[in-house]
Amino acid sequence: MNENQKKMLGNIIISAVLFIAALIMKKMSYIYKDGELHILTGFYMALFAASYIVVGFPVLKKAFYNIRKGRVFDENFLMGVATIGAFGLREFAEGVAVMLFYTVGEFFQSMAVNKSRKAINELMDIRPDSANLKSDDGSVRTVDPYDVNIGDIIVVKPGERIPLDGQVIKGESMLDTSALTGEPVLRRASSGDNVLSGSINTDGVIDIEVTKEFSDSTASRILDMVENAASKKSASENFITKFAVVYTPLVVGAALIIAILFPLFDPGHNFLLWLSRALTFLVVSCPCALVISIPLSFFGGVGASSRLGVLVKGSNYLEALAKTEIAVFDKTGTLTEGVFEVTEIIPDEKSGILDEKGLLETAAYAEYYSSHPIALSIKKAYIRYRHENGLDESIDETRLSDIKEISGRGLNVKLDKKNVLVGNAGLMKKYSIFEKEPDTQPGTVYVAVDGQYGGCIVISDRIKKDSPYAVSELKKLGIKHTVMLTGDGINTAKSVGEEIGIDEVHAGLLPGDKLDRLEELLEKKQKDKNLVFVGDGINDAPVLARADIGIAMGGLGSDAAIEAADIVIMTDEPSKLAVGIRLARRTIKIANQNIVMALGIKILVLILAVFGIANMWWAVFADVGVTVLAIFNSMRNLNIKSYCQD
Amino acid sequence: MKRMLKLEGLDCADCAAKLENRIKALDGVVNAGINFITLKCSVEALDKDMEDVLEKVVKLINAEHPEIKVKRA
Repeated sequence: MNENQKKMLGNIIISAVLFIAALIMKKMSYIYKDGELHILTGFYMALFAASYIVVGFPVLKKAFYNIRKGRVFDENFLMGVATIGAFGLREFAEGVAVMLFYTVGEFFQSMAVNKSRKAINELMDIRPDSANLKSDDGSVRTVDPYDVNIGDIIVVKPGERIPLDGQVIKGESMLDTSALTGEPVLRRASSGDNVLSGSINTDGVIDIEVTKEFSDSTASRILDMVENAASKKSASENFITKFAVVYTPLVVGAALIIAILFPLFDPGHNFLLWLSRALTFLVVSCPCALVISIPLSFFGGVGASSRLGVLVKGSNYLEALAKTEIAVFDKTGTLTEGVFEVTEIIPDEKSGILDEKGLLETAAYAEYYSSHPIALSIKKAYIRYRHENGLDESIDETRLSDIKEISGRGLNVKLDKKNVLVGNAGLMKKYSIFEKEPDTQPGTVYVAVDGQYGGCIVISDRIKKDSPYAVSELKKLGIKHTVMLTGDGINTAKSVGEEIGIDEVHAGLLPGDKLDRLEELLEKKQKDKNLVFVGDGINDAPVLARADIGIAMGGLGSDAAIEAADIVIMTDEPSKLAVGIRLARRTIKIANQNIVMALGIKILVLILAVFGIANMWWAVFADVGVTVLAIFNSMRNLNIKSYCQD
Repeated sequence: MKRMLKLEGLDCADCAAKLENRIKALDGVVNAGINFITLKCSVEALDKDMEDVLEKVVKLINAEHPEIKVKRA
């Protein structure tokens, strides 16, 4: 409880005691009505006045201040008018009670806001506010992390959070990165490993050489992003902002009509009756419940999803994500590991000129100067083979000569004076090694020596373990249309697509084609639904930008991806898309619940007030009571443990 | 460039929204936002105007809401 709240609570207690005393006196004054105790009437009136002043004074003071600033439609002012109006109608007890009850409501509201602020702060508490700086002489002192420079050495003890990004130079430990990725797994970090701020050091002491300043470090960047997300408002938030502007004048206008026009048409011309009903309107005239709870729901959603490893850069994107209809994935690096590996080495048994080792060696030599990912994977496999067999890992360049590249097909080199061809099936056909193209996968490299076929090496990109799960999760969420875009040949693409369970595969695409395909898909979707594109954020910036929602994967450490995307998935799991969609839907659900509840109760009370059923007590509940309920409902969105159950 | 202010004692969401609009309307302010939950107010302005703009913003907040303590964050 802060100072303000303590003062409020004190006022409430004093006012309540005075109010109860006044009520008792009032009852007694009825008993002694004709007796000698007339003085009691004056006495309880004084007590009511005192009770009112204790809670009403701060409200009236604010109202007075706001009127001087020209703010007439101010909650405090309207509450003042309503209660003083009640006094004018000689409903002293009710006037005091409304002000007292209103203050109690404000108190609870303030407590609820504080509670949610605290919960958000806990959620966002991933950045330490001190660092242990090690000086050249080995002594360690605690400093403000803003004062740590690149190249400085910091010490992180067990149980501490890493304040700045850097590289471990001494020690070894298990790091808990769950605050960044949402995964409760520990990662080992030892000398030479890069570590990110926001991770918790769980066991050993480590020395870190700082590679990024505090404000550029991962934890700071995540916090900035989450805080800035609130400035990109969702449609619901914009609606509430606009609604808030017209709501109060509208309700006050209605109150005036009720007070002035209704009695004219009322056969009894009972001005006082209609005035009291109009005053009830004034109490319900604050849109506070919505103004507080809707942004809180969205901010909570953005905060919670960041803790689950999905960084959303604006409330509007969270809202859009809930309405996903088509999910488009890039293949390489998103659904697959993006690392090519030799998976099979098949020497040709008929010719028998090369064995497994010879085949790999020939191919590795031929590809020696190439930096194509397939060439790299063959060289890697060859070096690993030599390493495993205890052989020298270097390649003897003198064995190579006459290197010719045959564009788009492969290479023709001389190795140990023999003529070697290494490349795709097209190359083999061109040099008449095959009569017709064999029926194999496109990721296959063929080798021929002196015009004789020697065998082939199969290279493929491994599918991520998480990918089939990602697609099945999307299906569970009702997203029926999943698409994969790739530059690979149709055979590989189809088999990958089938294994993952994707609905539609577009293969053989050049980078420009991806954008065209996306345009076609955008045409197909329903107007009010969205298309999500998930890519690695490096090669597909235009596609990311064109999609309704662009999502970059593996965003940790990649500035380009964070810049280009609307949402950043911090791990390399495509299934996080489903996590994000679930949270987005929960957020929308909670926001809608609050809108319906707050407006519903307010409108109901207004209608009942016109018919004289709802009095000012109801109205106070519809004002502050509903606000407190809405805040508590919004706070459910901060709970990251329960997100799956929604 | 962008600067952050902390608005301690901001306790009314409705006023926060109104205050945000008043700040946005100030001369030299490119964009501004108040986050009622984190109590932070972001002010964007051109580098050369920044100090003047911040001064104006603080003055406005002090005048409109004397209960708010403005701190630079």
